Amino acid sequence: MPGSGSRSGVSYDARGLVEPHADMPDNIEVDGSRARFDATDLTIRQINMALRKLIYNDGIADVTVLNPASKHSLAVGILKRCRIHFEGSPGWFACGLIDGPEVTINGRVGWSVAENMMSGVVTIERSAGSLTGAAIRGGDLIVKGDVGARTGIDQKGGTIIVTGDVGINTGFMMQRGRQIICGNAGMNLGDSMYDGSIYVAGKVRSLGVDCVPGEWTDADTELIERKFRVHNLGEPPTFEKFVCGQQLHNYDALEPSERKLVIH
Amino acid sequence: MCGIAGVIHRDGTADIGAELTAMLQSMKHRGPDSTGYAVYGPADDLVVIRFVLAEPNKSTGFGMEERLERNRAEVESRLAKIGAEVATVTSDTGYAFRATIRYSGDLKALADYLEDVPGCEVLSLGSSLEIIKDLGDAETVSDQYELGSFRGTHGIGHVRMATESEVDLASAHPYWAYPFADVAVVHNGQLTNYHQWRRRLEQHGHRFQSECDSEIIAVYLAEYMARGLSLETAMKHSLDDLDGVFTYVCVTGNELGIAKDEMAAKPLVLFESDPLVAVATEEVAIRSLVKREVETRDPYEREVLVWQV
Repeated sequence: MPGSGSRSGVSYDARGLVEPHADMPDNIEVDGSRARFDATDLTIRQINMALRKLIYNDGIADVTVLNPASKHSLAVGILKRCRIHFEGSPGWFACGLIDGPEVTINGRVGWSVAENMMSGVVTIERSAGSLTGAAIRGGDLIVKGDVGARTGIDQKGGTIIVTGDVGINTGFMMQRGRQIICGNAGMNLGDSMYDGSIYVAGKVRSLGVDCVPGEWTDADTELIERKFRVHNLGEPPTFEKFVCGQQLHNYDALEPSERKLVIH
Repeated sequence: MCGIAGVIHRDGTADIGAELTAMLQSMKHRGPDSTGYAVYGPADDLVVIRFVLAEPNKSTGFGMEERLERNRAEVESRLAKIGAEVATVTSDTGYAFRATIRYSGDLKALADYLEDVPGCEVLSLGSSLEIIKDLGDAETVSDQYELGSFRGTHGIGHVRMATESEVDLASAHPYWAYPFADVAVVHNGQLTNYHQWRRRLEQHGHRFQSECDSEIIAVYLAEYMARGLSLETAMKHSLDDLDGVFTYVCVTGNELGIAKDEMAAKPLVLFESDPLVAVATEEVAIRSLVKREVETRDPYEREVLVWQV
């Protein structure tokens, strides 16, 4: 097999897409518990290698990455409490699968930011692409701009706050957690959602299947005021709440075998 | 998974060959199998024809060189017979050719006559459009066809990851809207009513170079524009007529337009400034063109946008 047994462990790469080798960047500046480096000329593998070494091996608690230049898959899988700052815009899949970090992105992000986040805070100062916060399970994800389609699809926990507009199929198959949308929402909001709450301050183009207006409670007011206060988002606008109507088949409490017993 | 890109300069010409190459190369991970360009140079009174006489992976072998030479001579002979005055015929590869001609007759008749030569496929025809596509990544194709020095006002490109058809030129984008001059399309997605539209358009006299659903979009748009609709109106119609998930970029002699389907399932990022508009599947392609932090956005579902040179 071509390349079998190579140092990189890559056994086959006919299309030349693999980035097998990466040397530790030599431009990292460390100052006590803080570090920073310029990612302009670094590969994705080098940037992530530097982040992991600084956070896990060197005990650095605060890392600044300059000029990420829309590179994909940065700061993925960081499972430790720390601070990561991006000065510039990462690309797709930034901060996926994280558990604990507090990330600030002084720029825009591409698709699937914070996908499957377990805990922590990700704050994006500008807009984000589609699939923002897909399948997140915990933590807070704040976007200070517009986002694309399918925000919080398959969301299982945590809170997503968008200060601008969201696109089609926001909250699709959402199972738990909260979405706070300060702008307008596209078609099919909350389509097939199981549980959780979606708050929208602007216009909703259309509700998805089994998504219905929900009853406002003091707990909703407390939640929104607290989140806006904690994340310095100013005075919250007036929201309308949307929840699951619980009319889809998955809310039939009977197992198939039990259903047969009832029918017969 | 493929990658598409487009760029339009609204204040004159630029090195669009080099610009598109940088954008497409940054998205090599989305498709390294073939790369294609549709670029627009300054229009003049000559008609530019880009054609191939063989697939790249079938252009060598016993007697192939003589066959290509014979077929090239036949193409030139047919150009003369149909009344075209040939200005230049050049080739960068031995199987792909660029010809400039003086011709005021029917372009469909011209294309059909040339494609009757064995192995001949007309990639593009027009006063300023040139479609160049070949196997390999963007830098490979650009070096092969010397696109780094191509200057023009606008263009589109495509990197292809072959998933459902051959790694060959017939399956590579962009697609010219045969037989309409100066219209081309790149597309990322799948059309689910391809066969329905192909039958309809064939009944109107169109023929297709490939089995690729993307070619439908080019011919569909050109057909509507030939009936007098603007590019923007034709693109809006397409959102109702074409089923599936898709994002596409269409270019004419002086326009570049983008369209997203109603599910917004396929990615596209837009950067817009006064002199320059750039679109691409991923932000990283925009950043390869504009070397600084810029504001970009994802167009929403059913969004159609058109810019003029």
